[in-house]
Parts: sequence; structure tokens; C-alpha cells
Amino acid sequence: MSKHRAAGPGRAVLVPGGPGGESPAGDPGADLVVDARDLTLRFGGVTSLDGVTLRHHRGEILAVIGPNGAGKTSLFNCLTGAYKPQQGSVAFSPEPGRSHSIVGKTPHSITKLGVARTFQNIRLFPALSALENVQIGVEMRQRYGSIGAILGTPRMRREERSGVEKSIELLELVGLRHRVHELSASLPYGEQRRLEIARALGTGPKLLLLDEPAAGTNPSEKLELAELIRTIAGTGVSVLLIEHDMRLVMSVAANVTVLNFGRVIAHGTPAEVQRDPAVVEAYLGTQDDDSVGESDAPAGDLVGNGGTGRDQH
Amino acid sequence: MSTTSATPATPSVAPTPPPSQPGGAAALGRAAAAALFSLAGLRQLGVCVLIGLTLALMTGPNGKAAEPLGAVRHAILAPRIVTYLIIAAVLWLLIALWPLARPLWSMGQAAARGPVTAVAQQRFAPLGLNLALLIVAIIMPMFFSNAAVTWMVDGVGIYALLALGLNVVIGYAGMLDLGYIAFFAIGAYTTAYFTSKTAISAHFPVSLNPFFVFPIAFVLAAVAGVLLGAPTLRLRGDYLAIVTLGFGEIIQLIANNSHWTNGPRGAFGVPHLSIHLLGINYSWKLDPKPYYYLLLAIIVLVMIAFGRLERSRIGRAWAAIREDEIAAEATGVPTLRLKLLAFAIGASVSGFAGVLFASKQFFNPQIFSLQASFLVVTIVIFGGMGNRLGVVVGSVVLQGLAFYLRDKVPATDRFIYFGAVVIVMMIFRPQGIVPSRRRKREISLAEHGVGHADSLGSAPTSESGAR
Repeated sequence: MSKHRAAGPGRAVLVPGGPGGESPAGDPGADLVVDARDLTLRFGGVTSLDGVTLRHHRGEILAVIGPNGAGKTSLFNCLTGAYKPQQGSVAFSPEPGRSHSIVGKTPHSITKLGVARTFQNIRLFPALSALENVQIGVEMRQRYGSIGAILGTPRMRREERSGVEKSIELLELVGLRHRVHELSASLPYGEQRRLEIARALGTGPKLLLLDEPAAGTNPSEKLELAELIRTIAGTGVSVLLIEHDMRLVMSVAANVTVLNFGRVIAHGTPAEVQRDPAVVEAYLGTQDDDSVGESDAPAGDLVGNGGTGRDQH
Repeated sequence: MSTTSATPATPSVAPTPPPSQPGGAAALGRAAAAALFSLAGLRQLGVCVLIGLTLALMTGPNGKAAEPLGAVRHAILAPRIVTYLIIAAVLWLLIALWPLARPLWSMGQAAARGPVTAVAQQRFAPLGLNLALLIVAIIMPMFFSNAAVTWMVDGVGIYALLALGLNVVIGYAGMLDLGYIAFFAIGAYTTAYFTSKTAISAHFPVSLNPFFVFPIAFVLAAVAGVLLGAPTLRLRGDYLAIVTLGFGEIIQLIANNSHWTNGPRGAFGVPHLSIHLLGINYSWKLDPKPYYYLLLAIIVLVMIAFGRLERSRIGRAWAAIREDEIAAEATGVPTLRLKLLAFAIGASVSGFAGVLFASKQFFNPQIFSLQASFLVVTIVIFGGMGNRLGVVVGSVVLQGLAFYLRDKVPATDRFIYFGAVVIVMMIFRPQGIVPSRRRKREISLAEHGVGHADSLGSAPTSESGAR
């Protein structure tokens, strides 16, 4: 991302559209699966998240969009325990009435509470088979230990069998039933993305974080992916989605939160967000650049090209 | 910032596709010539000549202070250099023509390159082989001299057991432990402490039968492993290696300097193993054969136990940690706890071996030197990280070599040969003699730039990968 863009219009434009108008709208009775307030994450002098507030309703598909470097993945990393924000709180509520504070917990214990994620750059276990990849996710909830494994206790056999069965079911769900015993690194790119989703689902999440699941996939795979995300949400899993492809976001997300320079600049339905002047400015740099940003080709189509597309304009 | 190139090439698992079957002898000859005189082939020739020269140097007469280059002169200019150049040429032919012979060799293995066979299905495949090897191991002592059998216990067997334990740490969980022998020392000194009033200055009020010390040493070594591991396992790769190295040194220095441990004089007169149970009275004495069979039984049990562990969710979680710790953690694997577990299991096996060793013979702190730690690491890597049978074979081969060289070269030179063998091995077969399938795949993937087979190395740095 070129630096002059970051410093130039961004600061001038963003202040009026900042998070100020966003946070007070919280209705206390809402059933939130994630209630993140005022998250601030700094790396030395760089502020990656600046007072971000994120409210994710249970069962909803919520998308987080924003230009490259806006802090989307940082937000994910705060929600999954990979980073610890300097300020702010994250309450995760796996089911109504039960709430956990996530800040400061280790990633694996957060996963155990019911938050699963995929990675922007696929991070499968390359030398393990597709089945084994999913098994690792499924087996984190199993109970037998090393002694049980050595002795081959009945419980170990039972859990081992049910783990394989559940893993195969999940592979079936993401359409990889025929790849069960194949090496994960040898799968095509789109299938690797879906395998990562299956592995995340294996951990039995209540909240699934997908970090650019459509990146690098072809149009037909994107359609399948949208279908898959809807299916997952249909099983009662809340989905938090980072995505650049606006067509996908439009088709699956109920709500969209827009980040820029670590701040929430807009929140609403996809259609609302696309017409939000602050969002258009964030993506285009200036509002009166030309007419592209208006009604017929909303910001989303430009977003769909990813970062380099914009830089070349 | 390459947003567009989001699709990295998916590598094939097989390193090289086997060349198509040559039509006839002429075609084969052409292919052989092409392989030999290609750039790669000539480079291999260079390496082989270097190996030959090194061998000539190593086996030649020692240098003298008066004539520093005497050894070189004798090695290079004497007629015996011809022998080594012939060895080099043969080696070169073997290496360069290996790809041509490969299709014949791997005919039966073709299936292994395709879809991965399920782990559950791999289980009984090598059973026949394992049984055959076991039978060989059982009848072997009958054909060897007493001195050889003694070495089969002290050198081969004990180190095979140590390597099996270290294999859990290096091969399964992917951590480099360079102070592993310290746990062996803990086991040995624990035995001396609990079984005899005279072996070392410190002693337990009651002298126990060494058999009772097995569980004590097992637990103590595991505790020592956890104590060392808990603060240090957050470190990765090289840093962990350095800390464990220090730990090994500390334990040896304590053994060497504490008066409780008798210092450098070591422990004398630890009682031999004996059983007095249900009317059975048996004592292990000076004959090495009973020790051999006891050790063999323990090794077989440990191999079975670790095999089960490897195929369980624990083993899979270790593999996940080894391949991508961050992803493993995000998938709910408690990485720190599992690494500690691997450390404790490895340490306890080492402590176990220490009891066996101590109850058989005299020992002093020199036995627990850094060199011994390195030897165990070498055996694991040489035999095949992550493969139980591999590390045992590694111990047999390397320690067998040590026994063979015992009377042939000065003791100080022995490690030169070790080094040479290991270097050659790492160049031509980095996965070890009997590689583990998972490990083999990791290495082959790493050659294609996917993943990081070198679990001993640094943490994943694939952030700069696609996107």
C-alpha cells in the first residue's frame, strides 16, 4: 500500500465518520455472541486497532471489510488470542446467558470455548492427510490421554472411532469426501481453503472466523463457498467473515462492519454500507475523483479487485 | 504486496517422477551418459572425489608436529590414493545412475506416492518385518563373543533406548534437545542413591532392589524434564537447543563436582538387578546376555507403547505442532502442555535407561558428557527421525561402527568416522535410514517450498507467502 494514500486523505476524511456515531447505538437486550468494546492494539508506534467496537449477533453472518492494512486481521487475532490488545474488552458468549472474557486467554483455550478460525494464508498441516487435519480439530475435545493411548483403553478406541466418523462427516459437508486420505498440501487451492474450514468446524465452534476464505478461488468456487457459509450459519454457528470480494459479502452477510486505519467507519447492511460516503472515500481516496463510486458501480466492485487493483488506478 | 498471485503452485509429493522406461540398451546408455555428464552429474563427481580424498586423509597416517602437512602428503601422494579414487568413482556412478534404477526399485512403492494411505491402515503392514527383526535380535547374541554382546548392551541397546526416548522429543514433537543425556545421568545417580549405601556418598536409608528404582527414576526424570521444560519450552528451535545444552552441562558439572555424587570417581558397586518374587529367584550378574534380553524386552515394549502414542490423538497433535505451531494452537491443541508431555516422556525413558545402565556397571560423570548427548541426537537423525524402528537401526549401525572401529583406529579419531558417515548420509538420504512416512513427506514438501520440514529450525515464517 502506497504511503501517501495512507497519510493523505485518510486522516482528513476519517475524523468525522469515526466510531463516535457507532457505539452508543448498543441495545442492551441484544443477544450478542461477540461484544468487543473499545479494542486498541498498538505495535510500538503503529496503532493497528483504535477503539474498535464490534457487536456480533448470535447466528448472524457478519462481514468485516476494509482496505488493506485497515486492521481486519489484527481484529481477528485479538478475538482469537493471538494478539493481546492494550485496551478494551472482548466478551464471547457461546450460548445465551454464558459469557467469557477473552482478552489474555491463550488461543487454544479460546478455541476450546468455541471460537474457531481460518487463516488468510492457508495454514494447514501440509504433510498430514485431509482426514488427519480435521481429526486434530475434532480431537481437541476428546478426553483420553497418553496413558489411555498406550494401553488402548476402550474409551480411547471409542473416541478414536467417533473422531474419524465426525471428521469424515465434516469433510463430506465441505465437499471433500473423496479426498479423505490425500495429503493436504496436494489439494487444489480452493479445496485447501475448504479443508481449513472443515478443520475449524471440527473444533465444535459457536463462532467461526473466516479470514478471506474466497481469496484466490475461482468464481464457481466462490459460489460454492457462499453456499457453504450459509449452510454453516444454518447450523447455528455465528460466522464472522473478512472478505474483499464484495459480491460474496453482499450475498451472504447480514451486516457489514467497515474498518479503516484501525477504526470502525461504518456499520450496517451491505447495501447501506456501500452507499456510505465514508466507505466510498476510504476505498477511493477522494469522493469527487470520478463518477465510478456512485450508484451503478459501488465501492464494492472496486474492492473486489483487491489491493493492487486500486493502487494501479 | 502481491495480491494477485494468490495461487501458489501445488507441489507434487513425489520428488521426481520416475523417468519413462528406456526402450533398449542403447537408450539406457544414452540416458546414463546424459545423467553422468550433466552439470549435476559432474558436480556429484566433484563431491565424490572430495569424499574419497577425505577418506584417504582419515585412514592415512597421523600428522606430526614437525611436519604439519605430512598427513596430507602421505594421503594424497601415496599409491593408496588410487583405491580411494576408485571408491569415489564407484560412489559417483551409484549416485548419478540411481535415478535410472529407481523405477525398478520403487515399483512396489508406487502406491505410497499417490494418495496417502490412512494411518490406521499402515498399522499392520510392517508387522512381519518387525517380527523377523525381533527373531534376529533374539538369536544374535548366540553368534557373538562376550565382548561383542557386552557392547550390544552398553553401546547399542542402551543407546537404542535413549534414542527411542529422544525420538519422542525430536521426531514427534519437533524440539531439539541437546542435553538429553542429563536425564540418563539422573536415572543412574538415582539408582546409586537408592540401592546402595556405598556406591556414592549420599544414600537412601534403606537399600532397595534396583527394580524398585525403575518407577522412582522414571518419575524423577519426568519431573526433571518438566522442570526444565516449563520455563524453556516457550523458546523455539535453536534457543531451546542452547538451553537444553546448558542443562546437560549443569548436570554433568554437578555430578563431577558434588561430593555427594563421589565427583569424578563415579559410583562403584551398585547392586545388579535381581528378582525375588513368588519363589522365582534370579540375579543378573556379569554375563551380558541376560541384560541383553531384558533390554530387548524393554525396547520392544517401549516401541509398542510409542507406536500407539504416535497413532493416537497425542501423536497427531505433536505432528500438528511440528508442522505449524500457530495453526495447531488455533485448532485447539494445547501446544505448551503437549510439548511438556513429550519432554517428560522422553526424559523418563532416559531415566529408565539410566537405571539399567547403573545396575549393570560402574559409571562416572564422563559417561554423561556432551558428546553422549550429541551421539543420541546423531543416532536419531541418522536412523530416521520419527521412526521407532529407524532410531533402533540407527543405534545398531552407528554403535556397530563404533565397535568395529574400536581396535582399528585410536579412540579419539572415532568421531571423525562418525562425522563422515553422518555427512554422507545427510547429503544422500536426509530422512535417515528408515524414515517415518510423515517426516519423509515433510522433507519432500519442504524441498518444494511448502511447510518447514526442519522442525528443529525456526518457527513458521510463512507470513510472506501467498498474500
